[in-house]
Amino acid sequence: MLRYVFRRLLTAIPTLFVIVTMAFFLIRLAPGGPFNQERGLSPEIKANLEAQFGLNDPLWLQYVHYLGNLLRGNFGPSYNMPDFTVGELFREGLPISVQLGASALILALLLGSVLGTVAALNQNKLADYSVIALATAGSTIPTFVIAPVIQLLFGLTWKLLPIGGWGDGALINKIGPVLTLALPQIAIVARLMRGSMIESLRSHHIRTARALGLSDWSVVVKHALRGAILPIVSFTGPAAAALLTGSIIVETIFSIPGIGRHFVVAALNRDYTLVMGTVVVIALFTIIFNLIVDVMYAVIDPRVRYD
Amino acid sequence: MAASETILSVKDLRVRFRTLDGVVEAVKGINIHVNAGETVAVVGESGSGKSQTMMAAMSLLASNGEATGVVDYRGRNLLTLSKSELNQVRGRKISMIFQEPMTSLDPLYSIGNQLIEPIRRHRGLGAAQAREEALKLLRLVHIPDPERRMKSYPHELSGGQRQRVMIAMALANDPDILIADEPTTALDVTIQAQILMLLAELQRKLGMAIVFITHDLGIVRRFADRVYVMRYGEVVEEGEAEAIFVNPQHAYTKMLLAAEPTGTKAPPLPNAPVLLEGRNVEVTFKIGGGFLAGEPLILRAVDHISIRLQRNQTIGIVGESGSGKSTLGRALLRLLPSDGLIRFGDRDISAADRQAMRPLRRELQLVFQDPFGSLSPRMTIGQVITEGLLVHEPTLSGRQRDLRAVEALREVGLDPNARNRYPHEFSGGQRQRIAIARAMILKPKVVVLDEPTSALDRSVQKQIVELLRKLQADHELSYLFISHDLAVVRAMADYIIVMKQGKIVEEGPTETIFSNPQATYTQTLMAAAIDVTRFRLSA
Repeated sequence: MLRYVFRRLLTAIPTLFVIVTMAFFLIRLAPGGPFNQERGLSPEIKANLEAQFGLNDPLWLQYVHYLGNLLRGNFGPSYNMPDFTVGELFREGLPISVQLGASALILALLLGSVLGTVAALNQNKLADYSVIALATAGSTIPTFVIAPVIQLLFGLTWKLLPIGGWGDGALINKIGPVLTLALPQIAIVARLMRGSMIESLRSHHIRTARALGLSDWSVVVKHALRGAILPIVSFTGPAAAALLTGSIIVETIFSIPGIGRHFVVAALNRDYTLVMGTVVVIALFTIIFNLIVDVMYAVIDPRVRYD
Repeated sequence: MAASETILSVKDLRVRFRTLDGVVEAVKGINIHVNAGETVAVVGESGSGKSQTMMAAMSLLASNGEATGVVDYRGRNLLTLSKSELNQVRGRKISMIFQEPMTSLDPLYSIGNQLIEPIRRHRGLGAAQAREEALKLLRLVHIPDPERRMKSYPHELSGGQRQRVMIAMALANDPDILIADEPTTALDVTIQAQILMLLAELQRKLGMAIVFITHDLGIVRRFADRVYVMRYGEVVEEGEAEAIFVNPQHAYTKMLLAAEPTGTKAPPLPNAPVLLEGRNVEVTFKIGGGFLAGEPLILRAVDHISIRLQRNQTIGIVGESGSGKSTLGRALLRLLPSDGLIRFGDRDISAADRQAMRPLRRELQLVFQDPFGSLSPRMTIGQVITEGLLVHEPTLSGRQRDLRAVEALREVGLDPNARNRYPHEFSGGQRQRIAIARAMILKPKVVVLDEPTSALDRSVQKQIVELLRKLQADHELSYLFISHDLAVVRAMADYIIVMKQGKIVEEGPTETIFSNPQATYTQTLMAAAIDVTRFRLSA
């Protein structure tokens, strides 16, 4: 298994290299650059700035420089927020986004699995239909509707939660954004879990367990659930990578200083270094979480062996 | 044995399933009883309700099923017990083993874990004691090296070993009744014989009653004291096993007993042209390997096999699962990459690629085992069987293709109106006829039949065998008949190749192989098969 993890980490290097290269050249295909927004910079100042950041160099040279810096762990300066380097922006924002994302993910996995299991055990009965209705609502109502509704009800009307802000990470400030992030995920997990649990309950070894007179608890939790959890595990990989790297909508609506908003703003401003930084972070998260998923698979299912 | 007390009696049992097409009555008010220590067989073809009867008794019906009537076990009606009362009986007093040894064990837990669980639950033993009991059980069912097997997972065991583990689990709490639902159907013949022997031995040792649910009359005659014959959810005949075999009363029972395919096939004329020939054919599969993964494992599925198929000849390729018989069939049709020489007529096709093979495909057809999986569910029968014509006779008009479809369906004994219907509307036997029509419509010369009768009931098998024979006689076809079923092979083939682990163990004319097998493996195979089928042949 260790050998397998080592091998996967080795193959991650060329993968990252390809992603970085493609992102580097693709963002530069977009018209404009970091300094020709509507700020009305005089041509001289613009030229000076571009010279200062090496943007006048031939593209291949910029690429080589960028790679060299990246290898040293230097993401470069942000072109649009000149007081910060990209590294500093992430050091500040990433822990916040990760906290929110991880809380939402854990909540979604726990609640979603329980709801899905309850639905599967009561297939085509009231409990099942309620879960399906909830899941449909959760996955169809967009976050930019859920978030303001939470603000309105819990913040303005009942005054239970702050309307927004990070509050230096106070628990009460996290509740709104975590709920908003979690709700659609709960819906997805519940639906996945319901489906795989129904299938698992129909399998031959569950029939065997019943024929042996095992208790319902053992049949459902020990035998059916463990097999049914595998699709949830695969879902968790990409979901974790997406949730932990922040969400522009939730961070904007709740005024959270995470990194989610950088993705969109940086791309719009042609803030090349910040775009590249977010690409690298997301790619790294995706690679790592997919690896964790594959390792988890082998832990849960003895038939999965990598060596 | 007949004098012992009745421990299980099923009275007026009805099983209904709610389906989208309305309520289906699978079991229609049957009466069955089981006496202590005896062996009862419930016999019938698929859809007869024989399995659902026992599933209902054990409260294992699918969620859309419901059972009414009485299942009386020592004075208690199992159908009205609460779940916890029922679980005092299931797995303890009445236990069950199933047809599917490959999927009936939980793939995620070790054998030991799964064996210990019911022992602890029903007998309240501590972990260490339960482990000792589990080891004893594994020894009882003759699992070699039980200490090590306790830690194994189901996928690390063969089908026969898994069925032994299932039996061990079922016997863990010294049951009164063991219900065996087609316990050997999914196993190779030599393994089938071993499992049946084991059950007989355990019954002598432990004295439980056994209820065999089976379609295999050989098992019935050999093991059963009493028999119930079921059809369409009803018991059509019951009685002592010997009496039923010697003097069957009901027409259906008589038909079942006569369902063994009979007759033999004469060899082709010695100077008949050789249509398909393979010399030193070899197929290898690479397992594993790749970036940093080290050397791959090479598996030789077909190991230097030579074969000559003449016009109007049927070569039976016999072997157990994993012997490479299907792989050989596919390699000869160039559906798999292989080494060695393959000739079709006077053409060397050893190196022919997909493109070059396409025009020849029309003359080299293949019929698969699984009549359920091999027809596209979203195409009408007409579309399924004429699809090949679109490729091989593109000049035909829609009308001409339709006429050919009518002709092909008639030829395989189906109503031509079937061409506007979909595969799911047909039974297994009808689907196999459709699959044969799909091959025949192209007027092939060579047909590879890969276990074409294995998924079918005995009486349907016989019809398919007769159909294939008629088609062969009408069109001078050559068949490669791949099968593990020796009775069917004997009726179909004039020449037999016995394969084991990719190699030919023995080959020769059918009657020579059957009357005087030389290789030890062939003898084992024959003994296992004939041991079980003997009574069918004599009946």
